[in-house]
Amino acid sequence: MNREQLVEELKQQIIEQLNLQVQPADIVASDPLFNEGLGLDSIDALELIVLMQQKYRIKLANAEDGPKIFQSVDTMADFILANQTPQAG
Amino acid sequence: MSKELSGNYWINKAVKIGSNRAFQNQQILLEKPELTTDEFLVALYREIGMEYPKWFKMDRLSKLGMLAAELVLGRPGGNLADPFGSAIVLANRHSSLDTDRKFVEQLKEIPSPAVFVYTLPNIVTGEISIRHGFKGEQAFFIDDLCPVDFMVNYVQTLFEEGNTHTCLFGWVDILGEQYNATLYSVSGVQEDSVHSIPFTSKNVYQYFDHEQGAVS
Repeated sequence: MNREQLVEELKQQIIEQLNLQVQPADIVASDPLFNEGLGLDSIDALELIVLMQQKYRIKLANAEDGPKIFQSVDTMADFILANQTPQAG
Repeated sequence: MSKELSGNYWINKAVKIGSNRAFQNQQILLEKPELTTDEFLVALYREIGMEYPKWFKMDRLSKLGMLAAELVLGRPGGNLADPFGSAIVLANRHSSLDTDRKFVEQLKEIPSPAVFVYTLPNIVTGEISIRHGFKGEQAFFIDDLCPVDFMVNYVQTLFEEGNTHTCLFGWVDILGEQYNATLYSVSGVQEDSVHSIPFTSKNVYQYFDHEQGAVS
């Protein structure tokens, strides 16, 4: 999966995981996820951590990195690409 | 045995949602027997034009309570004249069991924090408060059948203590495909000469029994 595909997949995953009433096309990958932008809250942040662990098998080693990683869809994609273990087969 | 209380307080509006039907006072607003419970709740959300994206993130108990509250109170926007004098007193049978079961099911993998935060029945009172600006007394009781006499007495006591002037009062219960929300707006003012009725156990019971049969 290339970065562009990952960004689109992430948009869909975020919408499903957080029950958002928007379409993937409504999410600008570089826009902030919290406060402005999608207006996510602290529970949503926890859901994103679960998403990262469940779907992409990436566990956040340091919670303090959260705000940087979950700043936008773009930053999430970059983090996944940098940390994802290649699947066997 | 039903105890009749003084007629100094009034039920100004009553709402009932159950068996895929929604009533405002005696008037039916929506009836969709062909839908599942989840589908009906969304259909009612659309029908009343409730624009509140956070509703979709709530558990089913809060979704149901929020819809009933919206029908009783209308859209937020200064409709609560006295937030600190506005109370919420609710009850149900199944507590948050509907959501608790979902959470337990998720424990097999990684449970959702968004589900966990709804594993208490009184979260619905908080959600209604946030949406409509309630800042007064709040209570949520759990009993096998709706304790109408007890609740009417409780609300009457709140009024008589002097700090509460209006109350959102009633029953919000859901488990699987069985659900029932019956809410009343109660105050010391008779707001509608046609629809307002005295706040008595008998009148509360009668609306509970309206159309849908007894609360189960």
